[in-house]
Amino acid sequence: MVLNVDGMTKSFGGIRAVDALSFELVPGEILGLIGPNGSGKTTVINVLSGALKANAGRIQLLNRDIGQLSTHEIARCGLARTFQIVRILPAMTVLENVAVGGVFGHGRYWGAALDRRAKDLLQRLGVRHGADTPATALTYIDQKRVELARALISDPKVLLLDEWLAGLNPVELGIGISLIRDLRAEGRAIIIVEHVMDAIRSLCDRCVVMNGGQKIAEGTPGTVLADRAVISAYLGDEYGDA
Amino acid sequence: MDILIGGFLLGGTYALMALGLQLQYGVARIMNLANGEMLVAGAFGAFWFYSGFQMRPFLAIVLIVPLAFVVNWAIYHYLLTPLVRRAKSRGQLEVDGILATFGMSFILVGLMLAVFGGEYFSYSYLERAVFVLEQPYGLNRIAAFCASLVFCIALVVWLSHTRSGLALRAVAVNPTAAGLVAIKVARTSAIAFAIGGAVTASGGALLSMFLTFDASIGVIFTLKALIIVILGGVGEIRGTVAAAFLLGLAETAVASLVDPGLTLAAAYLLFIVVLLVRPRGLFGSRS
Amino acid sequence: MSAINRGKFILVALAFGTAALLPFFDTGYWLSLGVSLAMYAVLATSWTLFSGPTHYISLATAAFFGTGMYVVGGGVDLLPYPALVLIAALTGAVLATLVGLTTMRISGVYFVIFTLGLAELIRQVVTWVQTTFTSSSGLYVLTDITESMIYWELMSLLALVYLAGWMINHSRLGLALRVIGNDETVAAHIGINTAKAKVMLFIISGTVASVCGALLAPRWVYVEPTIAFSPMISFQVVIMALLGGVHRLWGPLCGVIPFTLLWEVIAAQFPNQTTLLLGASFLLIVYFIPNGIAGLLENFPKQLQSKNGG
Repeated sequence: MVLNVDGMTKSFGGIRAVDALSFELVPGEILGLIGPNGSGKTTVINVLSGALKANAGRIQLLNRDIGQLSTHEIARCGLARTFQIVRILPAMTVLENVAVGGVFGHGRYWGAALDRRAKDLLQRLGVRHGADTPATALTYIDQKRVELARALISDPKVLLLDEWLAGLNPVELGIGISLIRDLRAEGRAIIIVEHVMDAIRSLCDRCVVMNGGQKIAEGTPGTVLADRAVISAYLGDEYGDA
Repeated sequence: MDILIGGFLLGGTYALMALGLQLQYGVARIMNLANGEMLVAGAFGAFWFYSGFQMRPFLAIVLIVPLAFVVNWAIYHYLLTPLVRRAKSRGQLEVDGILATFGMSFILVGLMLAVFGGEYFSYSYLERAVFVLEQPYGLNRIAAFCASLVFCIALVVWLSHTRSGLALRAVAVNPTAAGLVAIKVARTSAIAFAIGGAVTASGGALLSMFLTFDASIGVIFTLKALIIVILGGVGEIRGTVAAAFLLGLAETAVASLVDPGLTLAAAYLLFIVVLLVRPRGLFGSRS
Repeated sequence: MSAINRGKFILVALAFGTAALLPFFDTGYWLSLGVSLAMYAVLATSWTLFSGPTHYISLATAAFFGTGMYVVGGGVDLLPYPALVLIAALTGAVLATLVGLTTMRISGVYFVIFTLGLAELIRQVVTWVQTTFTSSSGLYVLTDITESMIYWELMSLLALVYLAGWMINHSRLGLALRVIGNDETVAAHIGINTAKAKVMLFIISGTVASVCGALLAPRWVYVEPTIAFSPMISFQVVIMALLGGVHRLWGPLCGVIPFTLLWEVIAAQFPNQTTLLLGASFLLIVYFIPNGIAGLLENFPKQLQSKNGG
């Protein structure tokens, strides 16, 4: 098991954004974290990456408690993420944007080895622009690819993708899905937060469905998407009862 | 006991000055490092009216406040708006704003030095002793405190019970969202900055009734106002007032128990303690 | 080291060698101007090492500078001078560590506020200690150190600062700071200990300013809190660095030279309006040359190209 979450709770003021959430993740598994808007998915990602501190619960990454670690320490343990709204480093080139991910994190590279890795990843992810272009000149999709490359260069064991497939056209979506499959084949454990149901059906081994901060269902995509509680959470009670 | 009362009296004027900065930073997003100079300008205004025309400070404030409003509105409109437009992010606006107002503070000091010179100034007004719990206090202090209190209450009422006050609070919480509900963000920010400056200047005029000041003392007040705003929590009006009284108390205690020259050290100590214990301020929200 | 780097290195060494000859030609006005230039070059360059990549505006140069000066002033009769410089460096480092650890975990604004009053705070404490425990308000620093020696010491310090800056820019630490300046959230998420990186650079910057103060103490002979901790020093350093440009190691020097010369004229011609003119020139720089002279110099060839091309 690479990741074990037990009773994670996070409140903002009086609101419980995440309420006693528990799940597990094994190597080479893709877990879909789904639920309606505001159900607490991104908060879970933020707590896992250390951007927020949980109020209660226990999080273990590779058998190490990471609940009290700061963001950079968690990154060094082998967890990497992308952001819901892409965060590119504006004053750096494409190549630098990717390379910085492999200097301080889980895998540490420098010099020629770092450059080679960064260039390989850019090619693999299909960023065709020159490595020396300013990152701000890229299209939104290419910026997302650069961000994923930045996460992958450190060779993470757990990868968190927060709506990474959102906004892609059908062709790009197909490429994106096969790319994530390849990452799974390398033995990485991946959590995806997604609204694109096609992607969830074809990618996820397992899904955790959240509503109002709580886990309301867990299982294969086929099972949970047919679940009555899940349907009513997404579409309202009248559909859930039908 | 006289530390308590003395600190309380000082805290009243501090509250006024910090509320001015709170409006400028919380609403207009300008960390105004020239805030203290605006305060000193208010003090010089009151001094000038008093010594030149024998005008009572309370009457002078009636003239100083609109004047300061216009000056600050002009500063925001002509000097800071270009920075707001140029800024790509809130962080960049913060840095540019800090640099620009830092430059302005030196210009204001330079102007006041050129007009009034580098000496210390004070004037005597209402210098009678009033006894509170058998301890003598200057009537000027008490009068200044009462006036500050009236201003503070008026400001709070305006912010919480009027349409324009609501617009200001909306911009403070989220400028983008405020714009979406048809609030003119640029205009509201300019007004908040101008009112902030006017409030600070009125605080200066009140302080001048009992405090000796000189042209270059502004930075100390800037610092005190900043510390109060941070202590109280950005955007927290009640917190600001509470923090102002806390600082007034701490300073008075240090001044009377240790040494009057160490008031800034007291402010700093308070600042550090709160930063370490409650980084978002005494009343700051936790999100 | 590549051929280009070796060429640059030799060029810089030659420039330093030439500049170091100054005391052999003049020991009066020009040497004194040279000392001022070297002092501001040291302070502005070390300021930029930290504030350039992080965008954390430090207004505390005077605090460190004055602390260094006071260490020498307080110990000049007790310890040999080199030991005092060392103590000044240590004191500066400790002070920077304390300030950095308290403020930099939180946000840039708190840092600015904290540094704004730091010099004033230390000045108040020093004044209080002096008036409470001694009878004088200042200290005499009487040594047999000549102005030429001070000049050479400062030039050596400047060379050290450049060397350190070059090494940092080519190290992981330098890269970490650039990422922090771009996006602190991303920096933490790719494994950078942001607080540690910032504090380390602030310590380097503060230590240099402190040593600079210690080196200059013998020149001033009489050290007084209001002079040693004057906010003007912090202010001028920020102006010069911004004027020169904070994105390059050699940027601040482009600001130090013209500004120090201009300042000589202003201080002589308008001794009463220095504050006003300082503020005005600061605003001009912030509004009209935000990338500094170094930025203008670097963009100039590009603009020329685009004009010729279009």
